[in-house]
Amino acid sequence: MKTLSKVYTMLIFVILYAPIAVMVLFSFNASNSTGVFTGFSLYWYKELLSDPATLSALKNTLILAVTSSCIATIIGTVAAVGISKLKNKHTQNAIMTVTNIPMMNPDIVTGISMMLLFVFVSAKLGASQSLGFGTVLIAHVTFNLPYVILSVMPKIRQMDRHLTEAAMDLGCTPFQAFCKVEFPAILPGIISGAIMAFTLSLDDFVISYFTTGNGFETLPIRIYSMTKKRVTPDMYALSTLIFIAVLVLLILSNVAQGDDKKKTRRAKK
Amino acid sequence: MQNKSFMARLMAAPHIVWSILFIIAPLMFVFYYAFTDKSGAFTLSNIQQLGSPSYLTIFARSGAFALVATAICLLVAYPLAYAISRATPRMQKIYIMLIMLPMWMNFLIRTYSIMAIIEDTGFVNTLLGYLGIDPIHMINTDGAVIFGMVYNYLPYMVLPIHTVLSKLDNRLLEASADLGCTPMQTFFKVVMPLSRSGIVSGITMVFVPSVSTFYISQKLGGSSFDLIGDTIERQFQTAYNYNLGAAMSLVLMAVILISMAIMNRYSDDEGSVVV
Repeated sequence: MKTLSKVYTMLIFVILYAPIAVMVLFSFNASNSTGVFTGFSLYWYKELLSDPATLSALKNTLILAVTSSCIATIIGTVAAVGISKLKNKHTQNAIMTVTNIPMMNPDIVTGISMMLLFVFVSAKLGASQSLGFGTVLIAHVTFNLPYVILSVMPKIRQMDRHLTEAAMDLGCTPFQAFCKVEFPAILPGIISGAIMAFTLSLDDFVISYFTTGNGFETLPIRIYSMTKKRVTPDMYALSTLIFIAVLVLLILSNVAQGDDKKKTRRAKK
Repeated sequence: MQNKSFMARLMAAPHIVWSILFIIAPLMFVFYYAFTDKSGAFTLSNIQQLGSPSYLTIFARSGAFALVATAICLLVAYPLAYAISRATPRMQKIYIMLIMLPMWMNFLIRTYSIMAIIEDTGFVNTLLGYLGIDPIHMINTDGAVIFGMVYNYLPYMVLPIHTVLSKLDNRLLEASADLGCTPMQTFFKVVMPLSRSGIVSGITMVFVPSVSTFYISQKLGGSSFDLIGDTIERQFQTAYNYNLGAAMSLVLMAVILISMAIMNRYSDDEGSVVV
């Protein structure tokens, strides 16, 4: 039984990683074939890094991810604190239900619904260029908000309300009490929400695809237009670089977590 | 006191305004476009058009593909999640990281990489050629699309099931064995029912993106058939028939909301039984 489950696990991992491994291998292919390996070369990497469209798409993606996750984290955190203090439970539930809609709806519906709004409004206003960075940014903030709120909310609920009252009894103004007591307590939730928003924004294709216009291309949209044409290994080179970046980030974050644990263990001793 | 609740409302206000402007208003526009024609006059023709056999086939095919992909994901993921949850904590962490790693790559890249290896002149067929086996035609078939869905969304099924299984109390399994259950019976009477909430969230997380995909079917299914996602995408990106596209999105949304309501009822029932 034990060996059987081990074999099964290995088999799934082999299938999961085979396409990625093949892609990495062929990104170093000397010819443009994706079936026959003719020799080692860095040609496709050079090709990729000298392509201005890809580089500007990368820049756009990073700018978009940073701005949208910052805006979503600020609005979302403030809202989570506000919502949790609302007296009326029905209002709370209603707000949370609406907040969760982008999370439950398929991306394509979220994307086209916002596109319809933007197209309609800009037609009414008589604007010539309706879709672009602004609309993609609004869309990203919208789908990031529920993730921020959902990761901050539990931290607020876990916090002992008496602590804030104690701070105020000891002479803090409500604002000081928030900064010195509440904020540090919910900070881990804010950080994980911000990271989640950042990665979702980096990764999003479908919603950006429908809400972007001429002139603003993110990396996933660039990948989409690259894969529309015939298969060439520069896509593989790009994917390999992304894979390595993700791998390094994951390992680093795991090492950092491991260190934290060691430190806390030592501190306990 | 009055002051405090005013502050709370003030803090929630930007988010509420944002939600009304960019969540509720866009959905209203989907309704608006679905029930109007190009000139903006009220019409039911968009919805009626969807009742034609060609569109019904597309809806049925999307539903069937997504269901099959979800079922395969569940069958593949459950034993995997179970095996992982029985490993040591250290190994579990490594396994979960390995499951999540492909998920962090864009799904376009993942789909594209599958396409590259199963092409007629792709890696798999080249390999088969070396072994003296005739090439197998895999790309642009139903199987390729379903494989693409399973490959892309498998982690969404493994992770929630693993979360539930890893919290499972070992003593329950021992108790069940002590009371005379065979391992098989223990599995069906103890493990399965206790992991239902993970299964339910896994099913929703796989079904929703599968039923609404358009990239996977475009890349792996070729142009031989359409799914709902392809048809919606075409209305907005090439055919510019926003009204028909909106009507289709409305139907898609309704199908998903109904199936999610049914699924949630299942997990709620389970919750009350456990309590």
